Amino acid sequence: MGEIISLKRESLLKYVLQLADNALILGQRLAELCGHGPILEQDIAITNISLDLIGEARILYQYAAEIEGNGKTEDDYPYKRDVRDWQNILLVELPNGHFGYTIMRQFMFDCYHYYHLKAMTNSGDERLAQIAAKTIKEATYHLKYSSEWVIRLGDGTQESHDKMQEALNDRIRFFDEAFIPSKIENDKSLNGVAVDCTKIKASAWAKFTEVCQTANLEIPEVKFPQKGGKDGVHTEHFGFILAELQFVQKSYPDSNW
Amino acid sequence: MTEIQSLEKRFQDRIDAEERIEPRDWMPEKYRKTLIRQISQHAHSEVVGMLPEGNWITRAPNLRRKLGLIAKVQDEAGHGLYLYSACETLGISRDEVLDQLHTGKAKYSSIFNYPTLTWADIGAIGWLVDGAAILNQVPLCRCSYGPYARAMVRVCKEESFHQRQGYEIMLTLANGTPEQKEMAQDAINRWWWPSLMMFGPNDSESTHSAQSMAWRIKRFSNDELRQRMVDMIKPQTDILGLTLPDPEIKWNEERGAHDFGEIDWDEFWSVVKGDGPCNKERLAARVKAHEEGQWVRDAALAYAEKQEVRKASDGKTKVA
Ligand SMILES: [Fe+2]
Ligand SMILES: [Fe+2]
Ligand SMILES: [Fe+2]
Repeated sequence: MGEIISLKRESLLKYVLQLADNALILGQRLAELCGHGPILEQDIAITNISLDLIGEARILYQYAAEIEGNGKTEDDYPYKRDVRDWQNILLVELPNGHFGYTIMRQFMFDCYHYYHLKAMTNSGDERLAQIAAKTIKEATYHLKYSSEWVIRLGDGTQESHDKMQEALNDRIRFFDEAFIPSKIENDKSLNGVAVDCTKIKASAWAKFTEVCQTANLEIPEVKFPQKGGKDGVHTEHFGFILAELQFVQKSYPDSNW
Repeated sequence: MTEIQSLEKRFQDRIDAEERIEPRDWMPEKYRKTLIRQISQHAHSEVVGMLPEGNWITRAPNLRRKLGLIAKVQDEAGHGLYLYSACETLGISRDEVLDQLHTGKAKYSSIFNYPTLTWADIGAIGWLVDGAAILNQVPLCRCSYGPYARAMVRVCKEESFHQRQGYEIMLTLANGTPEQKEMAQDAINRWWWPSLMMFGPNDSESTHSAQSMAWRIKRFSNDELRQRMVDMIKPQTDILGLTLPDPEIKWNEERGAHDFGEIDWDEFWSVVKGDGPCNKERLAARVKAHEEGQWVRDAALAYAEKQEVRKASDGKTKVA
């Protein structure tokens, strides 16, 4: 019996970290843009989303630390794990590129994130349900923001349309990973706790398609969706993200900041 | 008295009576120009100032510090926005003032032309640079020009939060490992003099001061404010157990203030004139963001116009 409980706890920990990693890495990517946005108002808006996502990651890492209950803190997970232990989807670690790429990546993530949180409000794990209820308010705003910008840029000038189509063509193969369950999402011990990501796929895609249509963007067919992030197999970009993220703690271990 | 002279006299009387001048009120052309120069430089400083600190966002040492730093840099963007709006009330568009920045015609605070090398620099900037900004800006809350004064009230609240956050970073480092303490001392050593330079040239060298004082744009002289800075920071440095890189700093009982050493004015003027360590990089970063954002701004405008047309023709079909 004790063993079953601890197995479940280990699965829950892994699941919570997967959620946190998505939020943190996208928040970190967006934070790179702070001070470099195309216009001050959008600089502020993108930074806001970054703050929300890192804030969400922080709550989830705190929960992870409580689940482990061995004195770890919220910072141990982002600052002390190496590449293969991170479970975020590949989409969120892709470079910002031009503003069209940033917006497209955001929109794809928001389509997933919003419906995922919506489902998570019904999680059998009370804490996850609470976290979802809190963060879905922000995710609702993010989805609205990125949808509006996909439309504005897709239906703006010829140049902006071409840039959005370019971003869509290049990034679409990273969209589906979010809806392909990882081992941990399929873990039987998390039945009723983890969101069944296959079940949110239809709603997320419906929203995605609707917005792309309004934006006059054509969704290309994807033969081989890219995946692996959830199992710790990342893109080559990822090591560099960690090099920056963890630089101070690696250079001066065991210090308070 | 000519008509203009009597207008000028009424204007000065209102200023002397501590009345606020509002955008629609008559004002001397030179007053308007002085304000545009000052407010736009202030706005540019907020925005360029995002760069040296933004440089550490991705490397902040823990999540709490990362969130604190992002929020701070975002606040500075907000300050830039209020100030660009205050400029617009004086009849100059944001595009025009941005153009002056990007072509090197307008200045911004020289402090942001120094590099941020370690995490301690983030603490030192919050503490010293935002500290100096507060001393400069608190009197501006009573500036004769209403929109500028009101923007400053909002800004000052946030700046004092930034300063506390910066000092708290310094305290943590000062109470940390020997390496952290050394990092904090090194940051003070590099940021102290440039922070003192933020108050501008000595009163004897300051060209715009007298008129600005008469117009109640400025309330205290550069040297008065600089003295306050030294008097505020010295005891705070003592609490940290660290030192200021000025052997001449000493309490003067008679004056009731600290004596301190002479600023390296050659360095001051060379950075003002564009030869500081990061002048080129800072400006290049702003120009790059602006140019790479052009298609985004164009698209937003084109889309808004299309929506207008769509709305108008929608209205027509409904009427028909
Ligand atoms: Fe500011
Ligand atoms: Fe300021
Ligand atoms: Fe500030």
